[in-house]
Amino acid sequence: MLSLIFPGITLLLLGISFLFNKKKSVQALQKGAKRFLSLLPVFIPVIIISSLSMSYLNKDILQNTLGHNSDKLLATLSASLAGSVAVIPGFIAFPLGALLKSNGVLYMVISAFTTSLMMVGVLTFPLEQAYLQTRIAIIRNFISFLIALIVAVATGIAFGEIRTSLI
Amino acid sequence: MKKKILFFLSLPVYLLFAVYSYQTDYKAGIKAVENLLSFSGHMLLFLPFAFILIGLFEVWIKRQTVEQYLGRSTGFSAYLLAVALAGTTVGGLYMAFPLSYSLFKKGAKLGVIFTYLSAACICRIPMTVFEASFIGIKFTIVRFIISLPLVIVSSALLGNYLEKKNYRLQHPEIKKEK
Repeated sequence: MLSLIFPGITLLLLGISFLFNKKKSVQALQKGAKRFLSLLPVFIPVIIISSLSMSYLNKDILQNTLGHNSDKLLATLSASLAGSVAVIPGFIAFPLGALLKSNGVLYMVISAFTTSLMMVGVLTFPLEQAYLQTRIAIIRNFISFLIALIVAVATGIAFGEIRTSLI
Repeated sequence: MKKKILFFLSLPVYLLFAVYSYQTDYKAGIKAVENLLSFSGHMLLFLPFAFILIGLFEVWIKRQTVEQYLGRSTGFSAYLLAVALAGTTVGGLYMAFPLSYSLFKKGAKLGVIFTYLSAACICRIPMTVFEASFIGIKFTIVRFIISLPLVIVSSALLGNYLEKKNYRLQHPEIKKEK
């Protein structure tokens, strides 16, 4: 149902556009199609790599890696590395986070994983590179990685997971 | 050029991998193929509409409008607007990058574009609701309070720096024309 809202709204806007100006609307469709087709050579390898990663870096494997690390900081760091490399949609990642939580994994580690999953894209890098150029894409991902780590540490402090370890 | 070769090689190699997986009943391989099919199915449903929307944006939204609200002479409000725009972006990166390019072409400043890109990763509304309901609202609030200011500040700094360097966003097709 939710997936129909977006196409619906788009088609509605397109219809309105056609009512106002037919020529401009045709132009819009042409522009959109041109962009879409020119992106495909970048897009197809990215989804192929993503699909492979989703299979090999799956829920069970992640649960094992993230769930068995006694050293807090090491666990946080490896979780953010895993999150950077993995490509997992939110509807799988967040239930996985909840599952990890119920298995006793720290909020800090879960945060490191989900935040870097959202912000850092190692496997989707070619897509980013196509728009931003290599250097800036690397810088942007690096900054995102740092922010994800800071968020994880802050989460640890907020949930009292770090202080207890320091005292 | 190298990229193109890689692209045309990746398809047959993947096809071989898929055939091999099904022939030998290799579970991880079969799962990967299933993932790809379902993922590309979703994307084929989503992407054409996303690009129709981008086409409409390019045709209907005036350059002056984008410059006025997101351009170089704007202040802090432009960054907030970028975050709001990111919150309502559907489809994540696959929508955010093409739209960023359109925004750039229409005169949005780089700091705002980088803010939009990163914010589209971290504060899309449906995703946020999902996160809060599964892991907890406090978790989500901490993430927001910490990450958003950092995203805005780092994007503004990076944007201002690159603005001086005459950096330009590009699109695959434009690169080819050069």
